Amino acid sequence: MITLVKRPQPSQFWSWATPILAVIATMIAGGLLFAALGKDPIEAIKAIFWDPILGQNAGYFRSQLLVKAGPLILIACGLAIGFRAGIWNIGAEGQYIIGAICGAWLALRVYPAESAWLFPAMIALGALGGLLWALIPAVLKVTLGVSEILVSLMLVYVAENLLAYVAFGPLRNPDGFGMPGSRNLQQYDAAHNPELIAGTGMHWGVVAALIAVIFTYILLHRHIAGFRIRVAGEAPRAALFAGVVPTRLVVICLGLSGALAGVAGLFEVAGPSGQITDSFNAGYGFTAIIVAFLGRLHPVGILLAGLLMALTYIGGDVAQLRLQLPPAAIQCFQGMLLFFLLGFDVLTNYRVKFAGAA
Amino acid sequence: MIGGIDLTTLAAMLMVASTPVLLAAIGELIAERAGVLNLGVEGMMICGAVGGFAIAVMTGSPVLGFIGGAVSGAALALLFAVLTQVFLSNQVATGLALTLFGLGLSALLGKGFEGVRPPATAKLDLGPLSDIPVLGPVLFSHDWVVYLSLVLVVLVWGFLKYTRAGLILRAVGESHDAAHALGYRVIAVRFGALTFGGACAGLGGAYLSLVRVPQWTEGMTAGVGWIALAIVVFASWKPQRVLVGAYLFGGITALQLQLQAAGYAIPVHLLSMAPYIITILALVVLSAVHGRNAQAGPAALGKSFHASS
Repeated sequence: MITLVKRPQPSQFWSWATPILAVIATMIAGGLLFAALGKDPIEAIKAIFWDPILGQNAGYFRSQLLVKAGPLILIACGLAIGFRAGIWNIGAEGQYIIGAICGAWLALRVYPAESAWLFPAMIALGALGGLLWALIPAVLKVTLGVSEILVSLMLVYVAENLLAYVAFGPLRNPDGFGMPGSRNLQQYDAAHNPELIAGTGMHWGVVAALIAVIFTYILLHRHIAGFRIRVAGEAPRAALFAGVVPTRLVVICLGLSGALAGVAGLFEVAGPSGQITDSFNAGYGFTAIIVAFLGRLHPVGILLAGLLMALTYIGGDVAQLRLQLPPAAIQCFQGMLLFFLLGFDVLTNYRVKFAGAA
Repeated sequence: MIGGIDLTTLAAMLMVASTPVLLAAIGELIAERAGVLNLGVEGMMICGAVGGFAIAVMTGSPVLGFIGGAVSGAALALLFAVLTQVFLSNQVATGLALTLFGLGLSALLGKGFEGVRPPATAKLDLGPLSDIPVLGPVLFSHDWVVYLSLVLVVLVWGFLKYTRAGLILRAVGESHDAAHALGYRVIAVRFGALTFGGACAGLGGAYLSLVRVPQWTEGMTAGVGWIALAIVVFASWKPQRVLVGAYLFGGITALQLQLQAAGYAIPVHLLSMAPYIITILALVVLSAVHGRNAQAGPAALGKSFHASS
């Protein structure tokens, strides 16, 4: 008989070991899945995890790594702060879209004016858009007690429809011969978020992601506000006695994560994507949830987890090209990773005891 | 006819549009009354949609398809049950994982079924009842799943209110420690409740792909599972109110589609937002009317149960 005994304190060792264990388990389970699809499992795993970094044409793929990891890390940092406090913003995808729409709107509005101030203004507007979109669930939560989970999620679908509306309507390229989608911001110097160092994929969004990691680390681990956030999540009653104002916390956590998701969207639309189209959002807002958990809600962990998830995206493309692996297989793979992580997490908080042996 | 919209058609459409969300919501209600918050409804629904569709197409039998949909949903729910009840994982995070995984898995499984037409689900022949003017087409001209969903609501209501098993389920949801101390098997009850919830969500998903649309497309549930979750909150965890919430939502969806068809000059994408915005508004109005405390859910909702503590 196997029993679980609660640890007095979460294990430090297992807290870092479980993500690694989860990745290994996902590779095995994913291999079985790929085998069931009639693909060579070892070849598929190698295509996902090895080839993008060290295989043929790795130069191109390596630059994609930062392009994809940037938004994931940026969004996940914001989400992690909220998750630590027990505030569940799961509508980052919506905030990402709104941020992109707001920033791109400004650029398309003033086109073709050239000004060094345009790009910073777009970033500010992107952050503001994401912030305001996230404040809707925050305000409803603190004034009426409406679940932030449901409202933030519903707003994703509203944002997606709004995106389709502007792509086909107000923001459509007037010189685009009736094709849906806006002007391409990559061809508009003042608004373009360029690759900073050729061949690395490094753009301003990646820089912002690194700043966000450092900022999150200081906030969560070196500042009284971080202490309050963590207490609020782990012991809400104790937090009240420690003088934490729950309503303020909800507004700050949701607002902050919304602003970060908003700028992530702006960097994407002004850089790698270039255009407002009805499908420019690639689900980063949802994948970032996996990144946040895989990184143990810790900024350094998120940095690594973001790179790993970016790798699975690129590896998925490689596997698709080489093995005709359907793109959905990668989505499945990412979901599995989160499952294994949550399952193995029992080892962090509980000790496994075999009856008789103890 | 009002403003180019035929009210009889609208009301008949309402019943069909409401059925998937009603099924999913009544299943989730049972899970939540047992104290488990399963945010994976969307994932279970879409797997039910693809599972049901695949089996119906392969066997040619819609009935087997619906059973397959329910089994797919239940299988995903069992996965959730193992993780949250045995491995004691965080229910919110696991529910999200279930949704993300379900969306991926369904897209993978559904690859070969795009553009295929499913076998038609026959409408029940209710004889002279269907010929009653207005009421006939609105109430008595649907397929059996519509009526099954209504019967389920009544059964769940009776189960919770009048049976001993229902009382035990509620006890587990209100205080698992007390229920455990009385000798009830908390984990077993929750496994059962989750499986029922998953089967209902799967059935709702299968209804979506086999009758409502009827077709399989990737991500076709488009948030219906999340709306089901919202309806449970809106209903204050009461089955009869779930019915009201689901039909309200179905009405909005049907109206929105009819407005699109009637050719009003409102952009399609703005109309498509309506169900989601109305859901938020419904939650807001409910909270404003009831205040914070009146709408509290089961006391143990979302908490992990570990017997040794």
